[in-house]
Order: sequence, then C-alpha cells, then structure tokens
Amino acid sequence: MSVSPAPASPSPVAALPVPRRVAAFRTEGFPMLPIAILVTLALLAIFAELIAPHNPEIGSLGQRFKPPAWIAGGSTQHLLGTDHIGRDVMSRLIFGARVSMMVGFMAVIIAGVLGSALGILSGYLGGWVDQVIMRLTDTWLALPALTFAIFLAAIVGPSEWNIVIILGAVYWTRYARVIRGEVLSLKERDFVRLAIVAGCSKWTIMRRHLLPNVANTAIVLATLMLGVVIVSEAALSFLGVGVPPPKPAWGLMLADGKKGLMAGYWWLTVFPGVCIVLMVLAANLLGDWLRVKLDPQLRQL
Amino acid sequence: MRRFVLRRVAYAAVSLFLLSVTIFLFVRVTGDPTVLLVEPGASKADLDALRHELGLDRSLAVQYGTFVRDLVRGDFGRSFYYRTPVLELYISRLPNSLMLAVAAMAFSLLIGIPSGIMAAVRVGGWWDRAGKIFALLGLSMPSFWVGLLLILFFSVYLGWLPSSGSGTPLHVIMPAFALGWYFAAAHMRLARSSMLEVLGSEYVKLARLKGLSEARVIAKHAFKNALIPVLTLAGINLVLMVNVAVVVETVFAWPGIGRLLYEGIAFRDFPVVQATVILGGSMIVVVNLVIDLLYAVIDPRIRYER
Amino acid sequence: MSDEPLLELDRLSAHYVTGRGTRVVKAVDEVSLSLRAGETLGVVGESGSGKTTLALAILRLLPTAAQIVSAAMRFDGEDLLAMSPVEMRRIRGKRIAMILQDPMASLNPLFSVGDQVGEPLRVHENASRRSAWERAGALLRSVKIPAAGQRLREYPHQMSGGMRQRIVGAIAISCEPRLLIADEPTTSLDVTIQAQYLKLLRDIQREHGLALIFITHNLGIVARMCDSVAVMYAGRVIESGPVRRIFNSPIHPYTRALIESIPRLGEGPERLTAIDGQPPDLASLPVGCSFQARCPRVMDHCREEAPPAFDIATDHNARCWLARP
Repeated sequence: MSVSPAPASPSPVAALPVPRRVAAFRTEGFPMLPIAILVTLALLAIFAELIAPHNPEIGSLGQRFKPPAWIAGGSTQHLLGTDHIGRDVMSRLIFGARVSMMVGFMAVIIAGVLGSALGILSGYLGGWVDQVIMRLTDTWLALPALTFAIFLAAIVGPSEWNIVIILGAVYWTRYARVIRGEVLSLKERDFVRLAIVAGCSKWTIMRRHLLPNVANTAIVLATLMLGVVIVSEAALSFLGVGVPPPKPAWGLMLADGKKGLMAGYWWLTVFPGVCIVLMVLAANLLGDWLRVKLDPQLRQL
Repeated sequence: MRRFVLRRVAYAAVSLFLLSVTIFLFVRVTGDPTVLLVEPGASKADLDALRHELGLDRSLAVQYGTFVRDLVRGDFGRSFYYRTPVLELYISRLPNSLMLAVAAMAFSLLIGIPSGIMAAVRVGGWWDRAGKIFALLGLSMPSFWVGLLLILFFSVYLGWLPSSGSGTPLHVIMPAFALGWYFAAAHMRLARSSMLEVLGSEYVKLARLKGLSEARVIAKHAFKNALIPVLTLAGINLVLMVNVAVVVETVFAWPGIGRLLYEGIAFRDFPVVQATVILGGSMIVVVNLVIDLLYAVIDPRIRYER
Repeated sequence: MSDEPLLELDRLSAHYVTGRGTRVVKAVDEVSLSLRAGETLGVVGESGSGKTTLALAILRLLPTAAQIVSAAMRFDGEDLLAMSPVEMRRIRGKRIAMILQDPMASLNPLFSVGDQVGEPLRVHENASRRSAWERAGALLRSVKIPAAGQRLREYPHQMSGGMRQRIVGAIAISCEPRLLIADEPTTSLDVTIQAQYLKLLRDIQREHGLALIFITHNLGIVARMCDSVAVMYAGRVIESGPVRRIFNSPIHPYTRALIESIPRLGEGPERLTAIDGQPPDLASLPVGCSFQARCPRVMDHCREEAPPAFDIATDHNARCWLARP
C-alpha cells in the first residue's frame, strides 16, 4: 500500500475530550485583556480622588524631577517620580485617565451620532441630500484630521469641552462614509421593501428599520475610532492646543516631559506614553474582537 | 481612458472649491475674524482698519470673492512672526516635509510589504506570529511617543543620532522611523490579508494547475494582485502622513510645514495656520487625484470604467 | 487506443483530519476508477459528494490538511503518489490539465489573455515569449474565438463568459495533455452557450485524442457526452459503468432516483420526483451504507455493514446490498 508523503496522523482515539467551557473560550477568543484594561482605567478615572496619593495639579518645587521609587534618589512618596514642578507623576496619570476617558468617549459618541445620522439620511434619501452630504464628507476627509483640529482649536481656543466638540466634528466623516455604504445595501433588502409597501413613512423606516441594523457597524467603528481619538487628543495636548494646563492630560505630560528629556528624566516620557498605548491597545483589541464577533463582513474596516 | 481622467480632474476641482468655502466659513462664522487676523497687541484703530480692509462690512459672498481672489493670486496673508508672505514660508518648508514623508513611506513599505507577504505565505508560522505582535504594537503607539523614545535612546543614552534639526542623512533617520512606524504596521497587516485572499483565489489555483512552480505562482500571479490594495492604502496614508507629521516634526524640530503649523499656533500667528490648512487640504486633493490615475495604470480594469 | 488504462485509481481516499485527531472528514473514500485514452468518464453527484476533491486529489493539489491514501494511483503507467513535487508540477498543465467552474475567477485580471494562454508553453516547453504568443493565437483560433490576434492583447474582464471559458479551454490544451479534467465547466454559463461549449469539448477531444473526466451534477450532459459514468455519494463511488447500461438499468437506489428526477417533456403532468433528505455530514458518517437514511429500499443489513462494490456485469458495479448475487 503506497502512502503519499504526508505528516503522520495521530490516531483518532488518542485526543482527550476538551472541556466544553474551555473550548468555548478558545473559539470565542473572549477579550479578557482589553476589557480588564478598560475597566481598570475606568475605575481609576471614576475614583481618582480616592486612589491618587497626591494632588495632581499642585507640586512642591523642592521635589522637582524626582525619579521613580526603585531608582536611587527616588522615594516611596512618589512611586513614579515627579515632574518639573514637583507634581507627583502617578497621581497625574490617574487623573489623566479621567481626562482621556471623558474626552475619548464623548468625542466618539458625538462623532458617532452625527456621522451615523448623516450616513443614514444620505444613504436612504439619496438624491441631492446624498450629493450634498457626500461632497461635504469628501471635502472634510481631504482635510487632514489633526491639522483641521488644530485649525479649529486655534479659532475657538483650547478647553476640554472644545476639544471634545472639535474631535467629534473632525471624525464624524469616518462614520458617515461607512454607514452610508451599509444603508445603500440595506435599502435593497426585502424587509425595507416590505416596510415601504406597508406604507411606513421615510422617518419611521430610517428610525425603526435601518438604525438597529447599522448599530453593529457603528459600534465596531466606535471602538476603532476610540484609539484614534485618544491619540489625537494626546497629540493636540502635546502641541498645546488640547486640554489646557494645569489639567493632567497624558499628552500634556508628554509635552512637559520633553523638557526633561535631554537631561535623561525618562520617567516623564515613558509612563504617560505607556498609559496611552495601553488604552489604545485595549480599544483596538476590543474593536477587532467585536468586528469578528458581530459580523465577519465588516473585516474591511 | 481620457474620459476617466477628465472625470477625476473635475471631481478634484469641486473638492478644492468646497475646501475653500469650508475654511472661509469657519473663520468668518465662528467669532470675530479680526481678532484672529490681527497681530497680538493691536489697538482699536488697527482693528477697525483691518475690519474695513477685510471687507467685513460687506456681504458674505463678496468677502468670499475677495478671499478666493487672494488665494488664486497666491496671497495667503503675511506671517506676523516672520513678517514674510505665508506662501513663501510654506513653499520653503514644503520640500523638507516631503522628504520626510517619502523617507517614512519608503521605510514603511520596505518593512511592511515583505513581512506581510512572508506572513501570508507561511501562515501560522513564526514569522506570522511575530508579525501579528508587531502590527498590534505599531498600531497602538502614537508616533510622537515613538519619536520621544527614540531620542531618549539614541540621542541621550547612546549619543549616536542628533535629536533635532535637519541637514544630514543622520537627521532623517529617527523622524522617518517615528513617522513610518505606525504605517509599517498598517501596511504589513493589509499586505498579509490581501495576500492570503489572493492565494485562495481561483486564478492562483489555476496557475498551480498549469504546473507553475510555487515561486512563480507567488511572484507573478499572486504578488501584483495582492499589492493593489496595499498601494491604495499607501497612497491614502501618504496623505495621512502629512497629518501626523505635525507632531513628529515638532518633536524633532524638523523644519517642515508641520513645524510651521506648530509655530503658527505657538506664536498665535493665524495667517500661517489658515494657510497651512488650505494648502495642506489642497495638496491632499491633488495627491488623491494622482493616486487614482496611477491606479489606472496598474489595474487595467479601472481604465474602462465609466 | 491502447488497452492499458491511462488513469487508474485503486481505493483512493482523501481524509481531512482536524481537531487534533478528533474529527476525520472523509471527503473521498475508497474510490476506484479506470479510464482509457480517448474515453470520457462522467463523475456525477450532489455538491459536497467529493467530486472536486477527487479531481484535486489526482493532481495532488489538496491542502496539506488532507491526507491522500491509496493502494495505487497510476497515470500512463507511472505512480502518481511516488512523485516528487517537481515531477508532479511537470505533469500538471502538461500531461493532465484541468478546467475549473468559474471562468471569470480562473483568469488573472491583471494579465492579458495572450500572456495567460501562452504561459504553460513558456513554463513547460521553454517557448520564447514570441513563439508562445503566436501559438497562443493559434490556440484561440482552435477554440473558435474570432479575431484571435486582437484578443491576445485584451484582458479577461473585456470578454463574455462563454469566451472566457473557451480561453480556459485553450490554456488547458496548450501543451497537448493526455487527460483533461473538466470540473462543472458549463454550470456558470448561459444555457444557450452550454451546448456550444460541450460541442467544442467533444471536438477538442476527438482532435487531440484526449481522455476526459467530466465532473457535473447534470445527468443530461452525462448522457450526451460520456462513455462511462461514476456516481458519487458522500465521498464514495456508489455505482459506475457504461452510460447506456446505467441509464437503462441502474441498480443503486440513488442512481435510480437521480435518473428519475430528470424532468422529461411529453410524459404528461407528472410530479417531479425529488430525493428526500440531505446528504450526510462527512465527519460523522453512519455505520453501514451512507445512503441508508434516504434509501427507499433500505434493509436492516444496510444499517449494519457498508456494502462493498459488487460486480454486476463487465465494467458495471454498484455499492449496494441489492446487487449482491
């Protein structure tokens, strides 16, 4: 009997039965890590006053540029060191989580609501409404997001709320494009046609039939956008047009940290950055998981 | 083909028009433009003079007309700080940004495409797994932070590379790396998934059925097809690079248009900010147009589209 | 036509083993076939019956997850299983060629027709670019494509479905293979084009003395095109023999049902007979005959033991207890 050159196969009886719960985890790929990170950050943000050891906005000049506790010169008073005004880094990081989460989520929600609404209108109503909204979207998209945000910040002045609105205004276009595409294909589906035949008004159709169906896409897009928004906010703060001092935004901490960079005060740069990376990583992983879970078709995003 | 070109050019023109309208409206509509367009510390008389000069007492349409007329003539205002026409400033800085973007794009493609393709060809192998981690990290780390870390490591600790300015090839290395890092990850991811898709296609199957060697199948049939989405993304990303370059240029004090924008906001030099946005946006529109046309060269299907 | 079979498969199986040994999908199980030069064999079955897997197994193009096991797999006297990858490559496209179902997907959108038709020639016969181009033109003419010279420069998306399938045919015969495997070549063509294409295949076959394996789910085509037929169900060949015999006196109930389910005109408004039920899951086949759940003539013994292939007449055999002498 001639056998083709193939790897030896284990006998079918040899494998042990895999416990069902574990098997489910493996196939689902439940995102423990990203959710753990996000929940931790959320808790830090909510209970910042209770958790942070020092006031994040006030420092003592006698304690400037103290290194983290495990390095010579550091103390357990300031576990992660202090910055150029003597403010405790760890406390600032903790309060910074609040800023990042607030700005991140609010901006994403604003962009999402605005973008989805316009996307649905544009996709469903078609005609000149569609043309106008699409041309607007294209133009908006042609403006590099960060540059545009800087421009707007220069006009209205930086503040936490302004940043939220600006980021929302800059990023809605991402939603509009994608949601419109969804709506265009949903329009051809039977359940929409049935609703039209049944005499539903345009608004009803958009609200009751289209909206729930695009919700999945919108949610996935939201998690992906969260990462982008957070990095944008950090960049804006770093440049000085984001969240204004003395509020402890991570991006702002990086800007301050740059001042001590050439002198080797690495902790002022590394720690805030790590926080940003963790949050963005968590958002991205969650987004990936949701994308696969909710609809494999969304893989193009 | 000609039809296609004309069509795309027309679209670009419309976009440019809308761009100018958008910027104009934003400046005029969100508060008093005189406050923005006047030097810090000007007197009331100066404000009134400026108001008349800008024609703010006239209708919006007329104002827009003046605005566009100035733009077309190349008058983007004068920088308060540098006291020179902004357009001059912009043009003198532009080559630096382009050089940086090209270097960063080259880096991202040179790293991204081969590793993505290797990951696809040896799916599930060591390369693939390493690539996944690299991609994840790359997409999560903000470029300016990467830049700061690079400075910390290569300038402060090792002293090998200069931490700011431009002039020698050594100056370009870190900024290009910082800028290109994120995109290398994005390109790698796309190259991998695109290649996987192509490898599973019917025409690759047929190529194997023809008796072609695996190397030939990959190099000839699979590669070119897999490359298309990646190049499209690269084109879009080149445009995005102009965006993110603001922060990277600031970190490395690279004298490009990104840093110019930063100076604009740092010194409250609004004409610079406004001009950068308009010119940046216009540049993107033009680049998108060029990408579309290039696309048609690679993919014969596009040429015959309506 | 020599008497020695051109292609001989002896108990060919292709199993996919997944889940670390817990799941075995028997895509093809103990298939024995033989084919002489110039003959046409039809392979019939529902989707999922293993027809395409069989074809790919012969060419050893199954994914690495599949394990091919066979007592013998011989082509033109040579043992296919013993061949190295390089030797197999020399067989593919040159001595055994295959046509796939979807002509649009089979052709690479980025390369011209001339490039793709001439490619086997450049690879297998080391033809120069120029000579390959010229011969590609001749090949297009032989598959009755008008304005062949012009077509060489064009791209697949500019052609109609029927023309694309002819191009795929031209690619297949470019190196004068001895065996052509056609996997549902007309399924995605318009009905009006189908007949033309089938005629083309017949002409090519006669001209080049090709042996042809025609994979299809359409018994009507089998009746017109094939000398012999093998009916597949759940990965096994459950009946095979000369076409006329099978159509006139089918033994296996599945074959019977297939033949009866062909709608025939002029027999009055009778009900269309369909076969109840679904094909079984290949990963968990029942003990005994795999057709037991749907068989109108199932017996107790069928549920206990899977029937071997019984010889009914020369070249006609069936895997059914009903055929037991």
